Amino acid sequence: MLDFLKPPIQTFQDFFLLAGRALRTLPRRPHYGDDISLQMDMIGVGSVPIVLLVGFFSGAVMALQMSRALAQYGATGQVGQIVAITLVRELGPVLTSLLVAGRVGSGIASELGSMKVTEQIDAMRALGTDPVQKLVKPRLTATAFTLPLLTIIADFVGMVGGYLMAVPVLSLTTGAQYWNNAYRSLEYNDITQGLLKPFLFAIIIALVGCYYGLRTTGGTQGVGRATTQAVVVASIWIFVTNLMVTRIFVNL
Amino acid sequence: MAEGRDNTVLRFENVSVAFDDVLALDKVSFVLERGESRVVLGTAGSGKTTLLKTAVGLIRPDSGRVELLGHDISKMEESELYDLRSRVGILFQEVGLFDSLTVEENVAYPLRNQHTRQAVNSDLREQVVEALRFVELEHTLDKFPSELSGGMRRRVGIARAVVTAPDVVLYDSPTAGLDPITAYTIMGLLIKERDIRNAATVMVTHRYQDGQLLANFRYNPQAGEIEPASRNGSRADLRTKFMVLQEGRLVFEGVQEELEASTDPYVSKFVRR
Repeated sequence: MLDFLKPPIQTFQDFFLLAGRALRTLPRRPHYGDDISLQMDMIGVGSVPIVLLVGFFSGAVMALQMSRALAQYGATGQVGQIVAITLVRELGPVLTSLLVAGRVGSGIASELGSMKVTEQIDAMRALGTDPVQKLVKPRLTATAFTLPLLTIIADFVGMVGGYLMAVPVLSLTTGAQYWNNAYRSLEYNDITQGLLKPFLFAIIIALVGCYYGLRTTGGTQGVGRATTQAVVVASIWIFVTNLMVTRIFVNL
Repeated sequence: MAEGRDNTVLRFENVSVAFDDVLALDKVSFVLERGESRVVLGTAGSGKTTLLKTAVGLIRPDSGRVELLGHDISKMEESELYDLRSRVGILFQEVGLFDSLTVEENVAYPLRNQHTRQAVNSDLREQVVEALRFVELEHTLDKFPSELSGGMRRRVGIARAVVTAPDVVLYDSPTAGLDPITAYTIMGLLIKERDIRNAATVMVTHRYQDGQLLANFRYNPQAGEIEPASRNGSRADLRTKFMVLQEGRLVFEGVQEELEASTDPYVSKFVRR
């Protein structure tokens, strides 16, 4: 009667088994440092341009939206505070992670999926190397390390975008007041959740991408399906985790 | 069984493997000894590839026991198998070259990545070039697999399989889909590898003539080419045995004379080709 629950529970179980194996391999040799550097370059450095763009525009649009709302209360001087808090707590981590899920999660799933359907994963195992250690660990490490850094970049560029919109364009406040407000409004709580979130999201993106990649079947169509699933599932889990983390930090 | 107590390289004991209730291997038992060659014949879907993958633990048996190089791999964890697999060379039917790595990186892969090997970079290139020279492709170091022909890809696959000087080499249909001349070249390489290093060899194929070559030809290091094992025409090598698989069952095991004398309608079909 409850047979329909079997596939999702099986998926969930398989995912956590892979996650467990990946985490167990973290301290274990060999570490494949070259692969970690390569992935950091592809995932981290490669994502910088798009993160700059998104960070800048989300900060600018935040300032623009807030200009009307704040004007009603005569509090346009607070624009720096609002831009900083929303970016550091929410927009920075979530938008950056969603973009990276689209760019990197899909890349991981399609790369590993193609390797799976062309017997390259089996070849890797037959050649005496663990695909989890060789493929999953470098991608997980690289994403977990670079996504918080990308978020910091997005947060900063967003504040610059907000500044350009609030000060030179709309003249809502002075530059000194904008930056002073932004700086003073941020507490350790904001910074902690602003960095913890991308770290957790990175683990989700890398592991979901690897999981769907490594279980790909059905040729090129299967690779396409795995890629889509990786992005959709990672995005959903980013939102769910975001809510849970925010819930914890709101009470702190 | 402790390693080194006998010459057994690979032992199957009543091994069965099923996919969705269909038996791919049905109680298969055989023993492969050091320096021995084994030709596994069978039609498509008879379980040949499953047999090779089970031999190195890529597929786990549902029942029975597989012993590789003295270790019962049917009970080993996947993580324990990697070091053991590094002593086995395997050529897949689709070769399984890493398409985003160059030929050099592909052949260097086992040397650079196996846990048990700590290849120094300067030695590495030398070993890779030597392995590629073995298959006469040392000029393709910087090419990607997609730039090579099917036969060349197989030869790179052979170089990658043997670069670590494994104790046993498994070949999955090494000549499938190749023209007769390229197929002969590939078979020459298999024989050369076997005779130079005396490695145990398992070759899965549906072509009887490949088995015939493996059983009756030797590599002559002076001439640098393969030649008939015995010039007086008698077939000398009893170290090459043939096995025939039919729907997962091992229906024949023996030397070439026995295979040719078999009256079993399925077995004799391979010889008549």
